[in-house]
Amino acid sequence: MTAPLGTAPADGPSAPAQDARAAEGPPPGRRSTLRYAAAKLGGAVLSVGMVIVATFFLFRLIPGDPTIAYTRDVPVSPEQLALLRRQLGLDRPLGEQFLDFVWRTLRLDLGTSYEYRRPVSELIGERAGPTLLLAGTGLAVAVGLGLWQGARAAWRHGGRLDRVSTGVSLVLWSVPTFWLGLLLLMGLAAGVGPFPGVFPTRGMEDVDAPDGFAYVLHVGHHLVLPCLTLVAVVYAQYLLVMRSSLLDEIGQDYITTARAKGLRDDEVRRRHAVPNALLPTVTLVFMNIGFVVAGAVSVETVYSWPGLGLLFYEAIKGPDFAVMQGTFLVLCVAVIVMNTLADVVYHVLDPRVRSA
Amino acid sequence: MSPLTGAGRRGLTRSARFWREFRARPSGPAGAAILLAAVLVALLTPLLTDPAGLDVTRATGPRMGPPSLEHPLGTDESGRSVLLMITWGSRVSLLIGFMSALLSMVIGTTVGIAAGHFRGWPAAVLMRITDWFLVLPSLVLALVLAAILGGGMFTIILAIGVTSWASTARLIRAQTLAVEARPYIERARALGGGHWHVMTRHVLPNVAPLVLANTTLQVAGAIVAESTLAFLGAQSGQVSWGGMLRASYDWGAATSGAWWYVLAPGLCIVAVVMAFTLVGRALEAVLNPRLRGAGR
Repeated sequence: MTAPLGTAPADGPSAPAQDARAAEGPPPGRRSTLRYAAAKLGGAVLSVGMVIVATFFLFRLIPGDPTIAYTRDVPVSPEQLALLRRQLGLDRPLGEQFLDFVWRTLRLDLGTSYEYRRPVSELIGERAGPTLLLAGTGLAVAVGLGLWQGARAAWRHGGRLDRVSTGVSLVLWSVPTFWLGLLLLMGLAAGVGPFPGVFPTRGMEDVDAPDGFAYVLHVGHHLVLPCLTLVAVVYAQYLLVMRSSLLDEIGQDYITTARAKGLRDDEVRRRHAVPNALLPTVTLVFMNIGFVVAGAVSVETVYSWPGLGLLFYEAIKGPDFAVMQGTFLVLCVAVIVMNTLADVVYHVLDPRVRSA
Repeated sequence: MSPLTGAGRRGLTRSARFWREFRARPSGPAGAAILLAAVLVALLTPLLTDPAGLDVTRATGPRMGPPSLEHPLGTDESGRSVLLMITWGSRVSLLIGFMSALLSMVIGTTVGIAAGHFRGWPAAVLMRITDWFLVLPSLVLALVLAAILGGGMFTIILAIGVTSWASTARLIRAQTLAVEARPYIERARALGGGHWHVMTRHVLPNVAPLVLANTTLQVAGAIVAESTLAFLGAQSGQVSWGGMLRASYDWGAATSGAWWYVLAPGLCIVAVVMAFTLVGRALEAVLNPRLRGAGR
């Protein structure tokens, strides 16, 4: 009574189409999925190409030219400027510059930072770890908490849990990430009145960080506030999406059918409503990676967390155009990869899309 | 065009019903009231207050002074009244919010309906562009745009509007696909309805409620985006709530106990953004028949 019923509603609308294809012979689900994945991969490669092209032209829009940024606050002679232009390759034709840019980007040569006097790719490699730690932890907690609570809230639509959690997430959704960070910084790191702060105000580790397992705890202690800020903002979104997505399903006929069959309430939810409601939510989780990246930039700026976001912020503030360009490329490519993954997962999960 | 009288009468009863249902939940009117207050403040500020108080060189208050009778919300690092800065800041935040949401909705709806309606390469190209804008982390792109084009109100509006339409386009496209899968669209086509007819007379009315609710939510997002951009250094050159928070961070207000300087602008942002969100959700509840059927 369990397995076939559980899958029944999901492929309900497309069942005839699937039967038809199964009758034709060998090419059911898997091969079309592979073809679909290949198409999406091609699309992703195209997107990355577009990012590279856009980056090149975007950064050529800088008023004047990069030499002005390089020589800011320094008196230079026209000869020195000309030398710098030649070193940067700015005296060559645009097409040649572009091909050179593409070739170097493909080799992960992202130029040299003006501020640090080091290769940008090296800087990015160093800063990627802390960002992965922060964003990964934050995302995992936020997704788990958001989906679970969103499903609960929607099922008891209008109940107390629903009202409290939508209220809380509406507030959190309205709060700019960086301001929440400032509040937590003020309340829990700097201390309020007689209460001392419990968490560090900045950074990932102190100068006198201990070794071994104690180091893990040390970093964990520094991670609490940035992670909490990121989770609070991101989780609200997942909750609301899951909630509205499940609400959409509750109005459907197959739920009434499932109930009429005499299924227990939480079985209807777990086996029928939630799997369908998960589909749009899963895509959103991946599609919102850009949102997480934005959150990470704000959070890292507020807490001086030594990740890519802080690097990007410092490059904007500089301005250090080589670093700005490199970080921009890396963040965009990372998000494209996640988005492609989402498309493929969605395709595997939803037979309705597959038959379309 | 249908006969004017009939359409007019139907429109009237529809809007009457709309208001009744909108009022039925307290959150919608509450949000609308907050919005009205914020807009009034923004409009009346130049009539009631003197912008000279925003001049750093002519500020009279104490530096980082706590709230007092003279300065109800305290003062900033150069002795300007935080309350005065907030009322002037509301103009910038609201204007940027409205304008960039409008820009983003126009682009998003047009692209979304077109991408959902047409098949073949036009849809593929549109979706490729949409996906591309969707994957670019909008805040990061907006920051780069603002940094490259230089600050200023117009740049910020452009940066937010151009980077935030893609999710709307996807939403509208999904809805368009759902609408066009219905049999009556096939009927309209069979009766000789062209692309324009189907898109404007059948698809647009069906996605319009979504567009309206989404615009309201989009303004909320744009105001948050504006404050974040200002905090991260891309400022419009005028006093704004995000810019105030930037200054409070630069001057260590959060760690030195100057809570009024951190709380006041932030609470304003949250109040206005939440008001837009509440109104948007109330509109959604009234306009979306599926939600209405699900009960409250």
